Amino acid sequence: MARAVSNRRKMLNTALAWLVGLVIFFPILWIIVLSFKTEGDAIRTPLEVLGSVWTLESYAVVQDRSDYFKHFTNSVIIALGSTLLGVLVAVPAAWSMAFVPSKRTRGILMWMLSTKMLPAVGVLYPIYLLFIELGLLDSRTGLVVVLMLINLPIIVWMLYTYFREIPAEILEAARMDGASLRSELLYVLTPMAIPGIASTILLNVILAWNEAFWTLNLTAAKAAPLTAFIASYSSPEGLFYAKLSAASVMAIMPILIMGWFSQKQLVRGLTFGAVK
Amino acid sequence: MATQHSRSIARLMIAPATILLLGWMLVPLTMTLYFSFKKYLPLRGGDLGWVGFDNYIRFISSSSFWPAVGTTLIIVGGVLAITVLLGIALALLLDQPLWGQGAVRILVIAPFFVMPTVSGLVWKNMFMDPVNGFFAHLWRAFGAEPIQWLSHASLPSLIAILSWQWLPFATLILLTAIQSLDTEQLEAAEMDGAKPVRRFWHIILPHLARAITVVVLIQTIFLLSIFAEIFVTTAGAFGTKTLTYLIFQRVLESQNVGLGSAGGVYAIILANIVAIFLMRIVGKNLDK
Repeated sequence: MARAVSNRRKMLNTALAWLVGLVIFFPILWIIVLSFKTEGDAIRTPLEVLGSVWTLESYAVVQDRSDYFKHFTNSVIIALGSTLLGVLVAVPAAWSMAFVPSKRTRGILMWMLSTKMLPAVGVLYPIYLLFIELGLLDSRTGLVVVLMLINLPIIVWMLYTYFREIPAEILEAARMDGASLRSELLYVLTPMAIPGIASTILLNVILAWNEAFWTLNLTAAKAAPLTAFIASYSSPEGLFYAKLSAASVMAIMPILIMGWFSQKQLVRGLTFGAVK
Repeated sequence: MATQHSRSIARLMIAPATILLLGWMLVPLTMTLYFSFKKYLPLRGGDLGWVGFDNYIRFISSSSFWPAVGTTLIIVGGVLAITVLLGIALALLLDQPLWGQGAVRILVIAPFFVMPTVSGLVWKNMFMDPVNGFFAHLWRAFGAEPIQWLSHASLPSLIAILSWQWLPFATLILLTAIQSLDTEQLEAAEMDGAKPVRRFWHIILPHLARAITVVVLIQTIFLLSIFAEIFVTTAGAFGTKTLTYLIFQRVLESQNVGLGSAGGVYAIILANIVAIFLMRIVGKNLDK
């Protein structure tokens, strides 16, 4: 609802919006600054921090600890693995609900959504016990499965809303031209569905990357992704601001960049299409 | 268009997702219900038999139950109030014509993508630490005594951290809703001489009602089960033990599974009450 306003008004709006934006962004900006300082400088007053030397030392220290990259790799495998597995299961389901809706479609969709509302802590012990019994505790496989299951309702829903936007007339036109079911799927529907699938993957990788209930409770040293690795800084020894900052910056940057591209999908994915 | 044949294929295509989610829901839920009626201490004797509703009564009558309920309500209520009010203000601001709108939006939504453990630890150490934190330096610069945020003002501090994380979500959804508002209606009101305040109360706010409801419900569901932010900041000390955290402690820290499971059943019931309202709104939208 952009309307014409005076330049003066626009200037005031701009100044105010940027001020608010910078205040909100400041904590992230500040850890980026601290990550380029020595441990000794990182705890000094903000002005002294800004005036001190800039160094890549902390990044080098974090790199040297090969376990950082082990945890980074764990995060990548768990986030990508759970999302791709989820999409694999969800595409056929969302597809058939969008194109061959039945009386039960609505009920199934709502029920799937309701499983997302189940509070994790309510089933913490059963899952914990099953993980012990199945030897999945502190394994990436176990987390891939659990994160796939908790995000599956969102994946199905997002795909369903995207697929439903593909106009049915196109299918009919393809059929009139004598296209077989297979070529209909391959050449007509798939190209139209890919953007929606890509958006779904993007948002769910972000959600899985940041998941911090199951990752904290079901992993130890071996399979811990970055969420759990960084939690180990809650009882640190000695000076650690610069190291924590460097580790944090590396942990959030990939997702921050992906997140900026996923603004629209975020609204659709997390409100289940209730706000457009 | 849908033949008998294509219907059975369709059913086959839905089956994997449905079966997986059904298993994910029923198996742990049944186990939680089962444990909740048992005296079950894995480290101290294991399964000690059926106890009926004993766990349910003990969970509610324990001295930490009502404080945990209070803490949960204060945190959820506080974060909701802050994020919705500031979210409306921010959405209105970002909807105005301004230079660098896209860039400002990027700055504003950034906190949502920060993982909960990072956000908790960064606030705890780099900002709220009473010796080396940013606020401590700031307070000292003005000659004031630094505040022990997470121990002396634990709940407001946690609410602040959580609000920082969730404000982007509220803003983004409310902004999306504002942008779908019909401009002509606003222009007509403007021509009729309606002042900005009146335009807000009579046109913008009613239009936002639905989006606000959605924000409140979704955030409530997520906030009821926040965990990592408390785990890395106070670990439940200083009156920050929420219902979720209390159940976590019962189950994994003190390994009183029966008692914790009864708590889990309460948490599930509570979440379902909120979920019913959310589902009703989502369901309405599905019919369109």
